[in-house]
Amino acid sequence: MRTIEGVLTPELAASLSAGDQVLYSGVIYTARDAAHKRLVELLEKGEPLPFDPANAIIYYAGPAPAKPGQVIGSVGPTSSYRMDPYTPQLLEAGVRGLIGKGRRDQSVVDALVRTGGVYFAAIGGLGALIAKCVADSVTVAYEDLGTEAIRRMVVVDMPLTVVIDSRGNNLYEQGPAAYRASLAAAAAEAN
Amino acid sequence: MTRTILAANITSRVRQLCIQANEQLPEDVHNCLMHARLQETWPVARQTLDTILENASVGAAEHVPICQDTGMACVFVELGQDVQIAGGYLEDAINEGVRLGYEAGYLRKSMVVDPLRRENTKTNLPALITCRVVRGDRLKITVAPKGGGAENMGAIKMLRPADGRQGVMDFVVDAVRAAGPNPCPPIVVGVGVGGNFDHVALLAKEALLRPTGDHNPDPYYAQMEDELLERINALGIGPAGFGGATTALAVHIRQMPTHIACLPVAVNLNCHVARHMEVVL
Repeated sequence: MRTIEGVLTPELAASLSAGDQVLYSGVIYTARDAAHKRLVELLEKGEPLPFDPANAIIYYAGPAPAKPGQVIGSVGPTSSYRMDPYTPQLLEAGVRGLIGKGRRDQSVVDALVRTGGVYFAAIGGLGALIAKCVADSVTVAYEDLGTEAIRRMVVVDMPLTVVIDSRGNNLYEQGPAAYRASLAAAAAEAN
Repeated sequence: MTRTILAANITSRVRQLCIQANEQLPEDVHNCLMHARLQETWPVARQTLDTILENASVGAAEHVPICQDTGMACVFVELGQDVQIAGGYLEDAINEGVRLGYEAGYLRKSMVVDPLRRENTKTNLPALITCRVVRGDRLKITVAPKGGGAENMGAIKMLRPADGRQGVMDFVVDAVRAAGPNPCPPIVVGVGVGGNFDHVALLAKEALLRPTGDHNPDPYYAQMEDELLERINALGIGPAGFGGATTALAVHIRQMPTHIACLPVAVNLNCHVARHMEVVL
C-alpha cells in the first residue's frame, strides 16, 4: 500500500492508477449535495469559493455529530453520482481530487482526463473507522446546512482506492471484469 | 380483554432501538458477512470484507454509528387489536422516541422538510411509520434505519403476467447490475412480487426485515431466492464494487395475491449495514 501526503499536485495525481490502494495524509474538504449547489452558484457568479480550489481534494461526506471527546462523528463517503452535475465545473476551477463512492457519469470521467484529476473511493459504510483518520475538523462554510456544511479536515492515513485515474481508467469496470474473467478461466480449465 | 401499553414506554423503547440499531450490526447480518468472508476467493474482496467487519466491531465497541448515514427512521409496527395505548397517540410516541434517540445517540439528522425545498428538519423527524393491525394483545416495533445510498437504487415495474418468473428474475438482476457499486455492496436484496403498485414496494422493504439469509417459507420462492443470489453474485460487482464473489449476502422475496392483469415487481436494496432491531411489548 502506497502512502501519499500533502498537496495532490498534477504530478502526484498523474502517478496514480485505477486500482491503486493508498493511505492519504493531508487536507480535504467535505462537501455534498447542498454545498455543491452553492459552490457552483459562486463559480457562475465569478465569486471566490470558501476554500482555495487549487489542487484541492473534495470529500463527499456528511458526518454524524461528534460525541464529547471526538474530533468528528462517523464520516464515511456518500454516493458520488449526485454531485456529477457540478463536478466538471469544480475540476475546471482547479480541484484535483474527489473522494466518494459509486459510479460517475461520462462528463466527470472526461473532465478528470481533461484536468488531470483523480477520483478515489473510500469504502461506503465505514464511517466509524474513517472517523479515526480525522485529526482535525473545522467548519469553513455553510454552517446552516448542518451535516452538509463544508469542513476542512486534516486526515492521517485515510485508506483510499483509486477508482478513476487521470487517464480515464475505471476500477468499477476493470475490477468486476477481471473477477468474471477469472471465473471463465477457471471454468475453461475445469473442462 | 384489552391490554394497556403506555405511550411513554413506547417512546423510551424506540429511543433505545434507534441508538442500538445504528451502533450494533444485527447478528444475522454479521453471520452472513463472516460466511461471505470465508467463501470469498478474490483478494481485494477478502480485504474489503475484513475492513467492513472491523468497522462494525468499532461501532459496537465504541458506541458510535457504524455508518454516518444513520438513515431515515423506518419504523414498522404490528399493533395487536386488543392493545390500548394510554397517555398519548402511537405515532406521536414513536416520533418522540426517534427524536430523542437521534439526539442522545449523536446520530445524523438526515430528513428534509420538503422534497424540493430541502430544509433539514434537524430532528430526523418524521419517522416513516408503517402500522399493521394484527390479532392479539402485543405490540411489536421494528426500527430499521435506512440509508439514502441504497434506498436510491430501488426499482419498481408493472410487468405483464406473460413475463412470469423469468421476467421477475431478469428485472431483479438488472436492478442490481444498474446499481453497481452505489448501494454499498455486499447488499441484501428485498424483492416484492404481486399486490398492486403501492403494496409491492412495501413488500420489497418488508422482505428486508426478515432475518438475513432465511428463506421464503414457500419452496417455489425459496428456490428463486437461491437462483437470484447465484446470478447476482456472478455479476462480479463485489464488496464496494471493486470486484469479487460477494455482491449480495442474501435475496429475500415476499409475495402476495394480485389482479389477473397484473405482475408488479419491486426491488429494495439494503447496504451491508443492514440495520433492523425489534422489540415486542
